[in-house]
Amino acid sequence: MKTSIAHIAYNTFREAVRDRVLYNLIAFALLLSGAAILVGQISIEIEKLVVINLGLTAVSLFGVVIAIFIGIGLVSKEIEKRTLYTVLSRPVRRWEFIVGKFLGLAGTLVVNTFFMAIGVFAALFYVSHKFVHADGLVFMALYFIILEFLIICSLALLFSSFSSPLLSAVFAFSLFVIGSFAEDLRGFAAMAHGITRWLATGAAYLVPNFSAFNVITSIAHEQPVAGQLILQNTVYALFYAATALSGAVLIFEYRDLK
Amino acid sequence: MLAIEILGLEKTYKVGFWRKRPKPALRPLHLQVEEGEIFGFLGPNGAGKTTTLKLLMGLVFPSAGSARFLGKAWTDPTVKAQTGFLPEQPYFYDYLTAHELLEYYGQLSGVPAKQRKQRIEQILQQVGLHDVQGVQLRKFSKGMLQRVGIGQAILHDPKLVFFDEPMSGLDPIGRREVRDLMDQLKQEGKTVFFSTHILSDAEALCDRVAIIHKGELRGLGAIEDLTSTVRGKVEVIWQGTQMPPSIKALGAECHVAADTVRVIIDENQQDAVIDALRRERLRLISLTPVRTSLETYFVEKLRHAETTAATTV
Repeated sequence: MKTSIAHIAYNTFREAVRDRVLYNLIAFALLLSGAAILVGQISIEIEKLVVINLGLTAVSLFGVVIAIFIGIGLVSKEIEKRTLYTVLSRPVRRWEFIVGKFLGLAGTLVVNTFFMAIGVFAALFYVSHKFVHADGLVFMALYFIILEFLIICSLALLFSSFSSPLLSAVFAFSLFVIGSFAEDLRGFAAMAHGITRWLATGAAYLVPNFSAFNVITSIAHEQPVAGQLILQNTVYALFYAATALSGAVLIFEYRDLK
Repeated sequence: MLAIEILGLEKTYKVGFWRKRPKPALRPLHLQVEEGEIFGFLGPNGAGKTTTLKLLMGLVFPSAGSARFLGKAWTDPTVKAQTGFLPEQPYFYDYLTAHELLEYYGQLSGVPAKQRKQRIEQILQQVGLHDVQGVQLRKFSKGMLQRVGIGQAILHDPKLVFFDEPMSGLDPIGRREVRDLMDQLKQEGKTVFFSTHILSDAEALCDRVAIIHKGELRGLGAIEDLTSTVRGKVEVIWQGTQMPPSIKALGAECHVAADTVRVIIDENQQDAVIDALRRERLRLISLTPVRTSLETYFVEKLRHAETTAATTV
């Protein structure tokens, strides 16, 4: 990796840490420990199911919110505050800046997810007093959640490279919501006719298919994830993130920093 | 060798809802700056100074033209390692300390780790921030941020330094320090290109200046050449508090200070004044031709530009 990319990535991570982004972990810990205590008292036999469902959904949602709200300001805030001027006047190429920012945000989310994962496992241990082999499946769900974050980070960065933070937030959040129902959209496209079918099919394949990454329920029921799905999701997420990132680079390369 | 060669650099923004209305920000600019010069880029607010600097730094793209730095194309990545830039009213990552910021910029500029540590120490001393190097920039005053800005611009020991309004936000002592620093950079053989609308700073520092107004170059030259116009007036200063009647009779402008008198007279009256001072046994301190100040030159250039524009319309 080019060293300037690594320095920019580290600085982005440092910004997130110093701006107290990781404080969300406290909220997460409170939520999860509260839930674990509560379900331990009111549910019989399904404590694990509830904790895994709730824990992993919270990991995903907390991460998505962080990815969107940091991602949308990654470029636009730097332009607005003019911090970018002293970076790009150095031997740093614009694409290096974008890639560095992306990796910094992705790194922040990975670290955040790591600590949340500890919380999930702690809650699991609290309700079942032991770990079983099937609990390892939680790692697979976490991996898919991280892949999901990569896509969201790249989209937030793409919007941030040409739009205001507010509009970028709206775009990114809308895509996240639509993408979460991508399978339904594809189903609707299959049933539609004429031009609606074409439009719906186009939209269904254009928006990120987040529903393919949601394996939380099946993992909570201790159902293993197919190897093909792992490969498919990995390739899809990397391709989608790389495409969105290339778009961001392309826009930013020709943008006047007024 | 030329340090900076600007070859018809031009910028026109497209404005309006459909971005179809052209708004020229910089008309074709041709400029050459010699190595080791302190070059002042003067103009009123909105003249196109910052646009020019942003074009030179690759932050905005030109509509036409190009530039060369130190004999190489301005887009050459190796050139960027030899240039330093202080933007106007700089703002930095406020979650970093001064030391961390310089460390970060040192890394981006490719300064080797060993050298970087030493250089950061040196720069922090030079810009007077050594004692507050561990304080986050969000707690810095405007003047302190300006110092950090100057520090980051010269951190990697560039050959060419661009300052956009470097005195802005500084108190008189800070301004003096920046002047000294720029002078020091010149002594070290560096080329300094700085924009300002504070003419006294330019007059005190620059070898040459360019005047820009409404995106167009209006004047260019060495300070002495631009201010050498003798307006046919002479300034005479002598010791004392009295004004001999024969000088008073000339109808000269007269200013009495604590123990000196200063008059401004026509050149052809100077012999008569000297004779009068001899007669009255008053001690002559100085007799100097009145030169046009840079400010006068500047104002005249802008006024001329306005008049030309009005006549064209």
